[in-house]
Formats: sequence, structure tokens, C-alpha cells
Amino acid sequence: MIKVESLGKQYVVGGEARRTTSFRELLSGLLLSPLRRWRQLRGIDRTQERFWALQDVTFSVEEKEVVGIIGRNGAGKSTLLKVLSRITSPTTGRVTLRGRVSSLLEVGTGFHPELSGRENIFLNGAILGMTRNEIQGRFDEIVEFAEVERFIDTPIKRYSSGMFVRLAFSVAAHLETDILLVDEVLAVGDAVFQQRCLGKMQDVARGGRTVLYVSHNMGSVATLCDRAILLHAGRVTYDGVAEEAIRRYMAESHAKNGELKQHSFRGQLARAIRFHNIQVNGKSLSDDLVFHPRDNIVIRFEGSALQRFQHINLSVAIFQSGVRILTLQDAEEGTALQPGSFRSEVSIPPLLLRPGVYSIWLGAHRKGDGQWVWGEDLVQFIVLEEWGDNYEERNKGLVNIAGVGSRHGAEDDYRA
Amino acid sequence: MSNGNENNRGYFSADRVTVIEPTAGWRLPDVGELWAYRELLWVLGLRDIKIRYKQTVLGIGWALIQPIMTMIIFSIIFGRLAQIPSEGFPYPIFVYAGLLPWMFFANSVNASSVSIVGSSQLVSKVYFPRLIIPMSSIGAGLVDFAVASTVLLMMMWYYGISWSVNLMFAPVLTLGVMFAAVGVGTWLSAVTVAYRDFRYVIPFLVQIWMFVSPVIYPPSIVSDNWRWVLFLNPLTGLIDGFRAAFLGKPIDFVSMATALAVSLIIFLFGLIYFGKVERRFADII
Repeated sequence: MIKVESLGKQYVVGGEARRTTSFRELLSGLLLSPLRRWRQLRGIDRTQERFWALQDVTFSVEEKEVVGIIGRNGAGKSTLLKVLSRITSPTTGRVTLRGRVSSLLEVGTGFHPELSGRENIFLNGAILGMTRNEIQGRFDEIVEFAEVERFIDTPIKRYSSGMFVRLAFSVAAHLETDILLVDEVLAVGDAVFQQRCLGKMQDVARGGRTVLYVSHNMGSVATLCDRAILLHAGRVTYDGVAEEAIRRYMAESHAKNGELKQHSFRGQLARAIRFHNIQVNGKSLSDDLVFHPRDNIVIRFEGSALQRFQHINLSVAIFQSGVRILTLQDAEEGTALQPGSFRSEVSIPPLLLRPGVYSIWLGAHRKGDGQWVWGEDLVQFIVLEEWGDNYEERNKGLVNIAGVGSRHGAEDDYRA
Repeated sequence: MSNGNENNRGYFSADRVTVIEPTAGWRLPDVGELWAYRELLWVLGLRDIKIRYKQTVLGIGWALIQPIMTMIIFSIIFGRLAQIPSEGFPYPIFVYAGLLPWMFFANSVNASSVSIVGSSQLVSKVYFPRLIIPMSSIGAGLVDFAVASTVLLMMMWYYGISWSVNLMFAPVLTLGVMFAAVGVGTWLSAVTVAYRDFRYVIPFLVQIWMFVSPVIYPPSIVSDNWRWVLFLNPLTGLIDGFRAAFLGKPIDFVSMATALAVSLIIFLFGLIYFGKVERRFADII
């Protein structure tokens, strides 16, 4: 159980680093202006600018609840986790935690390159608050999940970066505590390992533990959490159903006017062809772009051409975690484009995109000389996990091909 | 931050209630919490020892070479050339018996004073009683001390100095050095977080400290009227005590008890000062 009551955390602007940080400065300051220096040291100097990283944050989390904490950079998510995990102390308010708490603000905290994988498991486990017996008991599981059996007695300075993060996540994932505070730890390793991490986190979430999960990855928040808390400028702006929190987050994180910025585009044709506006299902950039798997997704875009192009392809590319999932073209290969403004659209049929966060790229390339213009990561949209129990829908992959093999079974044998 | 422990079923039990509130002012370290994290203290200390002996080519030899070389150089310069008196003992064993506790103290202070800054990654990412860090950092020095002690025993055999009952005070004196070192080390480690360049001042301070402690000379070299000043420094009584314990000269119980008491005071002061500033570590590190 977690109870947070009017929690506030104040920082000195520019970080506490603005304070006197060197002994030399302290000495010279003492000589030059003893009074001011003394006040600063006592923390009663009113000339310092301060700001509230968290202000009047109140919420409570029941046992076994899995709650997402979302918000833009600087909204106070990480500060909140740091206060809850007692790394930094609050300025006002009160937090009550019932049960054993462990926090995962980073994977591999305290890993030492000179030590072997085995030694690091015990070291990291102890740092995260596991007892030696607990680590011993789960040692084989940890090693197996990390897939480093062969190198367990090798110093980890010889590990590949992939092995390193796998081992680091694995130790963390096997923590057995009542309350787990997690910050973006899924952003490690390659795509395959990330999927396994997410799966592991789902097991953890279902395992009857209280979890506070901070993430920028709305897809994983939607998957893991039923409830989410949206923070904005250090305050709670929404606390409730995860889907609604994600909607509000998306709405606040996109540009206000919906116009595309020209500096997002690169390439030889960036001056000749300009993209001004993009809409997904009639919603512009400033709206929340959250869709259901059964929605037909129509991406409409507007732009202008400064010259006539004989053969040009206008393309929309859909990316997920750096992988190009789809490329869609609005017209036949090498259709002409007249000078002046143009408007076009592409559409993605329902149930094609699996739940997750997708990013839209927009561009053009000229057939023949291959000159191009591309704008990367212009808009993000979310496909929610609302498959229901319909296996017809759940069984869809990114690519589905039917009737391309041959089936042999008992019936065939009888005929033979 | 204060911790309310509603029941005594263990620090890590599921019914444990933790209350986090803003705190200010002076407070004593939470002994129960430190005890709950004793395993981490052990693991971190062991880490330092392992790394120390893995990284150096000489390994355990380093723990021997450092004091032996110092002893040889000091014997030549201060014993032979400067003719500093050595209470009737051969100068090499006299200076080595002083160097042993001194080097343990100096190495521990040096290691723990930079320990918090050196562990900024831990401090900003995970919670545990911060005191564990400077405390565990003296582990490697303790091993070096134990290794270097064997040399003293061999020197006693070489110079024909037999073991006396005084030797039973050695553990208490070692504990005294530890208390003083942890006290000074934790205090300096906290100061170093706030003022980064203070770490460059520390080796210099430690160097001066050696010369005001009777490492290379006996306390009797100072005139009777001023000797009490020397004994304000706990290392004076501790080093003098070490010599009495190993070399069998009569023990000065008053100075030894004073030294132990002062060590304890320094220890408590270091811990309390640390407790006052530790809650800001994550914000300024």
C-alpha cells in the first residue's frame, strides 16, 4: 500500500550545483562576504531561485494495484519515484509505504566491470535489497533468463553490451518485494529482449505485487497498467483509467497548432516539396491520437510543390521502436505532381497494426535520380490493446499469409 | 526521512511501514536500519577487497611492499641520519610498530573520504543507509593491515622481542583506530560531496597529521609541559599503545583510555554530521 499526502519537492534552480561547490570558492567567499556566505550555508539565502519539482501530490495505491506514472519530461515523474524510494527527501508532505519496497531506477546499479557475472549478481542483488539466501535461491533463474550461463565466471568487462543489460535486467526482474517502483527499465537491450522484459514485467504485475511504473512508452503503460497518474509541471492533472490518462498525455505532448515544422524535413528535395499538415483519422497533431485495433486508420497530409515532378512517390512510413513496419504510397509508382498545393491520403486497414506506439514518417522520392525528402518521427499514435478474447483478432501478426504451404495428415494417408 | 517500525518482525517484513517525511536538524544514525543492511556492508567491503587484489599486478604483495619500503626509508632518514630516539628499541621495529596503525588509519581515511563521491551512481539511483558506503570502504584497509601485521611479528622474532601480555590490548587499539578512521572518514566524505575540491586537500591534511602523531618519533621527544597537546590527538595514544602492545614496553593506561574515548567521540561526531547532510546527497552529487 502506498499513501502519498500533499507531497512537495523543491529544488534550487540550476540544481543544487548552483550552491558553492568548491572549497576554494567557499574560502574566498568566507573572506569576501562572510554574512552572505553564512546565510547560503545555512540555507536561508532568499536570493536563490527555487522551483517545485513536485507540488501537492496526493494519491494512494492499494495493494496489488499496478499504476503507471506518465507525463512529459520534467513533469516530476522521476522526482516522485526518487522521493518514494527515499533517494531524496521531500520538502513537504508525507508518504506511507506498507511492505518491503524496492526501486528500480536503473538496471545494473553498482555493477563492477572487474567482477564476474556471478559476483555482480550477488553485489547488485544486495544493493537492491535482496538477502544472500534470496539471491542464492533464484540464482539459476537469473542466469537462465539473462542467457549468460557460459560466461557467468567471466569479468563483465568482457561482456557485450547486450549481455550486460540482460544480466542487469534479470537480477532486477527477480526481486521479491511487495512494492516495486520502476523507472523506464524496459528501454534496454534489443527488440527481442525488450519484448521478453515486457513479458516479465507483465508476470510481475500479475504476480500480486504493488507496482508503480514510470514510462514514456505508452504502449507498455497501456499493457501493464489499469490505472495511470498523469503529472504536469509537478502536479497530478489526472488520476484514473490508464486509457484516459494516455489520451490526455498524447493531447498535451503534441504541438499546439498541428502545423508541421519545416526543420523536421531533410533531403535534397526539402525545398522543392514541403509538407504542411498531417492528420490521422481527422485528428490533427494537437489531438490525442489513440485508436482501437478495429479502427481504420487514415493518414491525410497536405503540402506544396515548387515545381512540376514527372515521376514522384509520396510515402508514409510507419515505424515502431526503430523498425520500419509499413510503407504506404498514396498513388501508383511514379505518378506526376503538379506545382502548387497538394493533398493526399493513405489508409491502414483495421486489425493490421498490433497494439503499441507507432511513429509516422512522411516523405517523397523522385524516380530516376533517387532524390528525396523525409521527415522523421513527425507524429506518434497509439493502438490500444483491446482485442478482447477474439482469437481471430489476437492471432494477427504484422504479416499474415494464408494458403502458402501444404498440409499432410491422417486423411491424406488413408487416401494414399 | 524517518522510519517507523511498527513491529519487530524484521526490517524487511511485509508488514513493515515506512514513513517518509521532510526532516531537518541533527539526528543519530538509525542503528536498526544499519543492522538490517549489514549484509550490504559485507558485500561492498568484499567488493573493494576483491577489486583491489584483482587490479594490481602485485596483489597481496602491495600490502607488504608499501609499509616495508616506508619503514626502510624512514629508518635510513630518521633513524640513521637524523638520529631520532626510539625508546631503546631498534629504529626499524620502532617505526614499523607506529607505521602499522598509522597506515591503516591514513588509508582508511583516504578511501572513505572519497567513497561517497565515488559512489555517486549508487547514491542517486538506489536507497540504503548511506553510512554503509564510507564504512565499507575501510574493509580493504583492514585486510592490508592484517597482512602488514605479519611483518611486525616476523620483525619481533628477528629482533628477539618476545610476546608480552600487553599484546591482548592490540584488538582494542585496532578498534580504536577503526573508530577514529570511520569518524574522520565519514565526516570528510560528507564534506567532499558538498565541496568537490576538498578531496585534494585531504591527502595534505593526512600528511600533516602523520607528523603531529608520534609515528617517526616517541612522544617523549616533546617537553613534559607540552606533551598533553600531543595526546589531544587520539592517534598519539593509539600509536603509543600499539608500541606498548607489540614491543612490550609499559602501557600508559591514561593516554590509551583518553585516546579510545576521543576516538569514540570523533566516531559519533562523524556519524551525526553525516546524518545531518546525507539527505541532501542525491540532490547535490
